Amino acid sequence: MSDTLRRTPLHALHLELGAKMVPFAGYEMPVQYPLGVMKEHLHTRDEAGLFDVSHMGQLIVRAKDGYEAAARALEALVPVDLLGLGAGRQRYGVFTNEAGGILDDLMIAHRDDHLFVVVNAACKEADIAHMHAAMTGCAVEVITDRALLALQGPRAEAVLTKLVPEVAGMRFMDVAVLASDHGELWISRSGYTGEDGFEISVANDSAEAFARVLLAHDEVEPIGLGARDSLRLEAGLCLYGNDIDSATTPVEAGLAWAIQKVRRGGGARAGGFPGANVILEQLENGAPRRRVGLRPEGRAPMREGTELFDQAEGGASVGRVTSGAYGPTIGAPMSMGYVPSEMAETGTKLYGEVRGKRMPVNVAKMPFTPANFKR
Amino acid sequence: MKFTEEHEWLRADGDVVVVGITEHASEQLGDVVFVELPEVGTQVTKGDDIVVIESVKAASDILAPVDGEIIEINETLADDPGKVNSDPLGDAWFFKLKTSDPSQMDDYMDEDAYKEFIG
Repeated sequence: MSDTLRRTPLHALHLELGAKMVPFAGYEMPVQYPLGVMKEHLHTRDEAGLFDVSHMGQLIVRAKDGYEAAARALEALVPVDLLGLGAGRQRYGVFTNEAGGILDDLMIAHRDDHLFVVVNAACKEADIAHMHAAMTGCAVEVITDRALLALQGPRAEAVLTKLVPEVAGMRFMDVAVLASDHGELWISRSGYTGEDGFEISVANDSAEAFARVLLAHDEVEPIGLGARDSLRLEAGLCLYGNDIDSATTPVEAGLAWAIQKVRRGGGARAGGFPGANVILEQLENGAPRRRVGLRPEGRAPMREGTELFDQAEGGASVGRVTSGAYGPTIGAPMSMGYVPSEMAETGTKLYGEVRGKRMPVNVAKMPFTPANFKR
Repeated sequence: MKFTEEHEWLRADGDVVVVGITEHASEQLGDVVFVELPEVGTQVTKGDDIVVIESVKAASDILAPVDGEIIEINETLADDPGKVNSDPLGDAWFFKLKTSDPSQMDDYMDEDAYKEFIG
């Protein structure tokens, strides 16, 4: 594998666990362990899975005048209500561009007097540059001395409370800084699987010992990127670069829920983020196309790039699949993709062209598996 | 039994060849979730893509190892594609082919050669 790939603090542990390593966003990452993608996926839904997500960017944003000033500065880049975000709470958001497209999606937490932000690995350099350029008056600190782990699944709480009892009191999208035998942990009750669970930032030099303690529990298996992808797709969650990108708006992507009222037309802080004119107009009048869930009628998965048609023969493509795979929990193939808004209604019958043949596929509700959050 | 460089196994009985994939191939593919088989009666030429195997990771093809006609397919794979992982050399055969040129079988590796091939 290329020498230029970066490694996370858990690299040696992945190899010891028998992981198959692949290049991903500039890092050498585990795509699967000996259990295999299917069993790793099912184990996470049934018990608990441990993911290394240390490749993601962890940032702290501070302003000299405290949280409100930092939140105002970041509100200029994301259509999210951050002034109204309570201390100890986290919100999902997107960085937008002038055309209303999405530069990255991210998690934003209000921690005391500052913001803690987690961004995608592949976008983090660009995000940091974007924040430095636009958020003058704020200090954007890139955290390089901490790993990031995710513990996901219905048994995650039972396992983590043995190490950090306080997490039992957290609910979905709470964040906390908690002391532990492995040093200070930065914990959020969130994830990327549709299950209850936690993302845990831990000092690099404590990360392996911490991961080993979690993995020593029978309920916990290490989970690779392969199952991470099928879990998030069943949960209806977007993968940046596939399902959302600089040419898709949050409204098209079905992420309008992430834009609070106060940032919409008529709100006290309406607009004020890049591409607001496009996004506010689409919030008002709808977008020409929409991201939808898709369930093929047959068993063949319709993967990324599959062209969609509204008739079994002839006619031009009406849209395209942006993510598609087999869903181990639903026991069937599933996809998401973009279609014209008039074809976005649940139950609309379309055709996906797989190996030259048009196969029936129905617009379906997402998530494909019910979310299992502790609200 | 003979083996191809595409990790198919071929079991010949007269001019009928049964085709499946090796354990090595099934491990590399990961969990198989869908198998698309050719129709019985299809005339195939050596090297044609005739089976699609979809795993949790990706789609891959199986090539016709010899010229001939598909005379039987393993219908049970439609409902239970996981057999390709649990019993690749037995229950999970893909199709039977009646070859018009049995000499093409000579192109393929025997078990020792295949073992060396996959290292």
